[in-house]
Amino acid sequence: MRVLQPHPDSPVDPATLGGGRRLAIIPAYNEAVTVAGVVESLRRHAPGWDTVVIDDGSTDDTARLAAEAGARVLHAPFNLGIGGAVQLGFVYAMENAYDFMVQVDADGQHDPREIPSLVREMEQYPQLDVVCGSRFLSDDYQYPAPVSRRTGIHLFAFLMSKIVGQRVSDPTSGFRLYNRRSIALFARDYPHDYPEVEAVLLLHHHRLRMREVPVRMFPREGGASSINSGKSAYYMVKVLLAIFVGLARRRPAVEPGDAAPVAATQSI
Amino acid sequence: MTGYFQLVSTIASFTLLLVVLELVRQRRLFERYAILWLFSALVLIALALRGDLLQLVSNALGIASPPNALFATALGFVLVLLLHFSVAVSRLSDQSKVLAQRLALLEERLRQQAARGSDSEPAAAPTVTAAAQPVGAERETVSALPRRRP
Repeated sequence: MRVLQPHPDSPVDPATLGGGRRLAIIPAYNEAVTVAGVVESLRRHAPGWDTVVIDDGSTDDTARLAAEAGARVLHAPFNLGIGGAVQLGFVYAMENAYDFMVQVDADGQHDPREIPSLVREMEQYPQLDVVCGSRFLSDDYQYPAPVSRRTGIHLFAFLMSKIVGQRVSDPTSGFRLYNRRSIALFARDYPHDYPEVEAVLLLHHHRLRMREVPVRMFPREGGASSINSGKSAYYMVKVLLAIFVGLARRRPAVEPGDAAPVAATQSI
Repeated sequence: MTGYFQLVSTIASFTLLLVVLELVRQRRLFERYAILWLFSALVLIALALRGDLLQLVSNALGIASPPNALFATALGFVLVLLLHFSVAVSRLSDQSKVLAQRLALLEERLRQQAARGSDSEPAAAPTVTAAAQPVGAERETVSALPRRRP
């Protein structure tokens, strides 16, 4: 069912996804070097998408440069972490009644020219709730990441494929297109620290459908990754714990009317 | 070390492990804060089960009685966890300070807007609504406001 797409060099057809309202969010934490380029690339290659940069408490010029490049900027009062920043994007998409949302990294790893690949997949299979760009399905796959990190990615890919029963080649990719159902789910409940892998698990528990498409990704252009080598071990342990404890949850997903994801009113 | 003490300490450590896992499962404890607890519980289980390991620790610490080495290890974890929570509480109090400051700025801006609105349109009802319902109005304005210039 997966369709390999040639890299689109032609300009984007703006009349996609049934004319639904479309939002591109760019979570950015101290990405002053690259954020303006990503915003401009989105304007050029994805003209039908409203662009919102979520400035996750940056201490550099990220917010100013993003605004000057023409993006709307949501300014988190302090660093929420990637999960909180992206969830702010989902909440924004809900409140402003967007039909589709795409997440693009601020560090230039994700190529906005690949957004049509995600869009085409969702148009072709409208029952999909999430389309994820995978760097490992691409023909000209080159991803020079540190070994520690690649090991983690492949371990999670193996585990998630086993758990959800379909191949998940790139569970840590944040380059994802969401529809209204997945936006509503993640506005309500999105993981905290390193959210992408757990988000795949949440989709599975909610019986939402996700499919991957091959995309090209670039090595990051500047700034520092939120996951350095020192944090890799913590990342692995935390996500593994979340996966296995998540599997043991009787009600893994917070449905409307349930207690809040973190119920502050309860004590031990 | 007596077999009875070994039994009690093993049961206690396992209980700690299970309680922490159950709290994470019920989403009442973040993984972020659970990891240190789980690590502590696993080390205590290992020391409780393996008398030779505990003997090694008590020799290394210069403690004559191995059960005391178990207490010392547990105390060490408690100290580390307390420090961990102090750091977390410091971050939380700083964050709530920043939130309160931003809220004050937002309220001031809403008041300014309301005043400006009533200057130009004396009978404008929406300004009154905005001032009377700060929660709803604030929620709309967060997304509509231009970014605050530092």
